[in-house]
Order: sequence, then C-alpha cells, then structure tokens
Amino acid sequence: MDFDNLFGIHERALVLRSQRAEILSANLANADTPGYKARDIDFKAMLQQQMGDGMRMATTSSGHIQAESGTVPPAQLLYRVPSQPSLDGNTVDSEREHAAFGTNAIEYQTSLSFVNSKISGLRKALKGE
Amino acid sequence: MSMFRIFDTAATGMSAQTLRMNLVASNMANADAVSNSRDETYRARQPVFQTMLDQFNPDAVAHGVRMAGVVESDAPLIQEHAPDHPLANEEGYIFRSNVNMVEEMANMLSASRSYQSNVEVANSAKQLLLATLRMGQ
Repeated sequence: MDFDNLFGIHERALVLRSQRAEILSANLANADTPGYKARDIDFKAMLQQQMGDGMRMATTSSGHIQAESGTVPPAQLLYRVPSQPSLDGNTVDSEREHAAFGTNAIEYQTSLSFVNSKISGLRKALKGE
Repeated sequence: MSMFRIFDTAATGMSAQTLRMNLVASNMANADAVSNSRDETYRARQPVFQTMLDQFNPDAVAHGVRMAGVVESDAPLIQEHAPDHPLANEEGYIFRSNVNMVEEMANMLSASRSYQSNVEVANSAKQLLLATLRMGQ
C-alpha cells in the first residue's frame, strides 16, 4: 500500500475546493462593487493538471522552486461570462454565485467523507477486530 | 489554509454593507430636513465600493471589498415657496432635501440581502472547517 498517495484524488480535490470557495466568497463580497468582474476556476482542468505529473515545471537548478500544488496560478483564474449587462460594469450574479458556492461546499464535504471512510477503513484493518 | 481567509473576505463584505445601511438610515432620517439655502440642505449620500487589492500579494485569488468614499447625490433640491415657514429666506423660499424614499427603501433591501449572503458564506465556511477538523474521528 502506498501511503504517499493514500487519499488519491480527494486530497488534491479538497485543496482545490477550498480555494474555489475562497474565490466565490470574494465574488459574493464584491456583489455591489462597480467594475468588479466575477472570477472562477475551471475545476476539472485544474484537477487534471495537478493529478498529471507530466505538467510539472522542469527544475534545472537547485534554486528552482516547484510551484506548490494547490495554488491557483493567475492565468488559471478565469472571468465569468456575464448573463446580463449592468451599468456599473459589475458581472457578479448573486444567485449564480450562491448556487456555485453551495454546490462547491457539498462537493467539499463529499471529498471529505471519502477521506473519512478511507481512514476508518484503515483503522479497521489496523485493529484487526 | 485558505479556508480561513473566507472569513476575512466575508467580514469585509459585511462591514461595507453595514456602512451602506448606515448611510441609508442617515438619508431616511434627514429626508424631511429643511433649510434656507441651497448649500446647507441635506443631500442624499451614497457609498462607493471598491475591491481591496492586496498590493503586497498581487497573485492573491480573492479580494475583499471596502468603501472608497461617499458621494452626495446631485439630484435637484426641492425649492418651495413658503413665506410663513420659520426657516424661509428673504425671498420666502425653503429648500427640502433630495432624498428619494423609494430609492432608499430599495437600497436598504439590497444592502440587507447582500449582508445576509455574506453571513451565509461565513457560516458555510465554518461548517466546512469544523467538518475538516473532525476528519478521521
């Protein structure tokens, strides 16, 4: 059994989900800010990128620092396509952001319960009862 | 852990919406204010929100909100000929504030809805964090 990759995809998914929650919370806080553009990440693409090791940066010197997994590079932070124009240039649709935040929270808890069941399964195996 | 920053972001939203409600309250309280000159009359005040960009961390993914300033409405004041009014000027005119009650009510509702959504965000984040803390138990 590989303990480095015990939780598999769920470990990375949890980090990404929490970051997406942060981005969506900023959208909701700025729901009335003139000129603010709502932002989001492409969760699927980012998770695929973080799971595949082929996309890692090449390090040719000991001073090179590998991008920390679980951080969102600015280029990956996308702008939401507004569903309706507003006079003050704000593209936050409160209802849409709310729905996205709620869905994201549920999905976070889903990943969390997968991790939890993995832990309890291991516990059971260790105890051998 | 980035989840903790959600509380900061939601708090900036709540504080900005509270300031907005403060201004609505001020506008409503002064809706019937009367004066004898154009310059001294109360004008409706509105907040201007601004995204709080973190200059020390330009790569930050989430930004809070703050009030950049307060602007006074330049809608025309209501000039009324009332020579009997104690505050009337030499020509017998008084000036009423340009507060529009309907606009203020709508503004108040919008502010309280936005406040609520920030509270809900903070609550959800709290639940997620507590569930994470209980991981493996």
